[in-house]
Amino acid sequence: MSAGLVFSGVSVRAGAAVLLDGVNCRAEAGRLTGLIGPNGAGKSSLLKAALALVPLERGAIHFNGADLPTMPRRARAQLSALVEQSGLAEVHLSAREVVQLGRIPFQSVWQSAPSPEDDAAVDAALAAVGMAPLAARAYQSLSGGEQQRLHVARALAQQPQLLLLDEPTNHLDIHAQFAILELLRQRARAGATVLLAIHDLNLAASFCDALIVLAGGRMVAQGAPEAVLTPALLRAVYGVSASVLRHPASGRPLIAYDGPVAPGND
Amino acid sequence: MSLNQGPQRALNGALWALLALSLVLAVTLGPADIAATEVWQTIAHHLGLPGEVPVTRLRDAIIWDLRLPRVLVAAGIGAGLALCGAIMQALTRNPLADPYLLGLSSGAALGAVVFLLIGASLLMPVGAFAGAGAAMALTLLITKLLGGATPSRAILSGIAISALMSAATSFLIFWSATGDSYREILSWLMGSLSGSGWADAGVVLAAVLVLGVPMLFAGRALDAFAFGDAAAATLGVDVVRLRWLLLGATALLTGSLVAVGGAIGFVGLIVPHVVRLATGSRHRVMLPVAMLVGASFMVWTDTAARSLFAPRELPVGIITALLGAPIFLLVLLRYRRVT
Repeated sequence: MSAGLVFSGVSVRAGAAVLLDGVNCRAEAGRLTGLIGPNGAGKSSLLKAALALVPLERGAIHFNGADLPTMPRRARAQLSALVEQSGLAEVHLSAREVVQLGRIPFQSVWQSAPSPEDDAAVDAALAAVGMAPLAARAYQSLSGGEQQRLHVARALAQQPQLLLLDEPTNHLDIHAQFAILELLRQRARAGATVLLAIHDLNLAASFCDALIVLAGGRMVAQGAPEAVLTPALLRAVYGVSASVLRHPASGRPLIAYDGPVAPGND
Repeated sequence: MSLNQGPQRALNGALWALLALSLVLAVTLGPADIAATEVWQTIAHHLGLPGEVPVTRLRDAIIWDLRLPRVLVAAGIGAGLALCGAIMQALTRNPLADPYLLGLSSGAALGAVVFLLIGASLLMPVGAFAGAGAAMALTLLITKLLGGATPSRAILSGIAISALMSAATSFLIFWSATGDSYREILSWLMGSLSGSGWADAGVVLAAVLVLGVPMLFAGRALDAFAFGDAAAATLGVDVVRLRWLLLGATALLTGSLVAVGGAIGFVGLIVPHVVRLATGSRHRVMLPVAMLVGASFMVWTDTAARSLFAPRELPVGIITALLGAPIFLLVLLRYRRVT
């Protein structure tokens, strides 16, 4: 048994299409792990499989030694949270009410009002994403970035030991992206297991402690960003030619793209 | 946008008072002049409470046998339809969902009429449930065949199913009726509470208590659906089980209500939308308020239906449609982004 989220031989299919094909990988507790790969690589499917939103065809997923997909729903919801890619939703709730949804796994059917612990968790989550001043605003009146921050806050209100996020920095300006990633890094430092799907490789390189690379439903690499992000991998997985430099201040990998790899030049 | 505990209790209290007042006032209204105190005395007398000497036998019959069951039927149907609408809107994330617009009510009317015609009038609620369930299944199936659930596709399927079921109902009544079939057809298709007695009140109130009130406990789980099925599942909600349970209960409840009152439209659309303006969308708060408002709303629309053109009676569904269609359009305009 080990702390963190462990995928062992995970296969998922939708009809005839194989979405995940025998994926073995892990996201360790206390670390911020980035899940990268081109569109359709299976990043969302991997996150959904962990929370039993799609059925496993083969394999197992354990969190801190416990079988996560077969765990009772409520117990799983008290342990883990997911921030999905946000779509268009017609929701007539205030910002605070959206974050309060995160307390549902902790509330009994008979409870008529949020408990003091619920309120404290909601306040803390709103403050963490910088949305406390907008708590009374209607969800619909918020910008895409503000709505995205609320979804992160809703997940934080679940006080999860396992936090899964599907491209949480979409719709955000660069400052807000940094703020969210810094927040996630702090959660990881506090002991949580944080796994996020992310497209921006330079952001992934500068914030993540470890990276998992998926392509075509298979795990093709995992490890520290400097070990994973090589010109050869970028060429093979993304079909781009790039130089990997070192960030002058942090020493982290810094990718300078040259352009797409010409067809037949592989 | 939301209410805290204190104002929430005050609102519920005020709405209960409004409902009690509406029930009594509605009983006093009609061709025979009856005072509110007479209504109280008669009710107290029948409930075996000590009090004033009861009213004359005739007035007692008007109050206790004629008007009181009818206003109770109206209140129960209003509460039930408002609840069904609110629950369907949350479950399907479709602001236009309503038992009438999705074809459930017409399906229920058809089922009820079939059982009525084969002589099993006691089992009419069962037939109505089967009809409502079949109509719901067909609407969902057609919505799926159209390429997935969007509000406008669901409404279009509902209209098709509704038209089919209504035509079948009309034909069956026309084919079998001996006398005034048009009045009969109209009262099933537009809804009418004319001639409701204690047996009807029993069916309606039992359905609301046994099927409706337990659904209130799903309030928090329904909130979890705000951002879709996956979000609800990650909040610990058993999405599949809850959906089947609630859709089944909604069909049963709609069936029971339609078996008594016919296919009264738009109540499930109007009431939840108006109530949300005051309470916000949290279902723990919103559902009970919608039931109370729906009950008072229906008591008054039915009173208008039997009083406006007395001694002739207007089918009550004409009034609810008159109020509901403009609200339907407003909702349509407001949600044009998602429809």
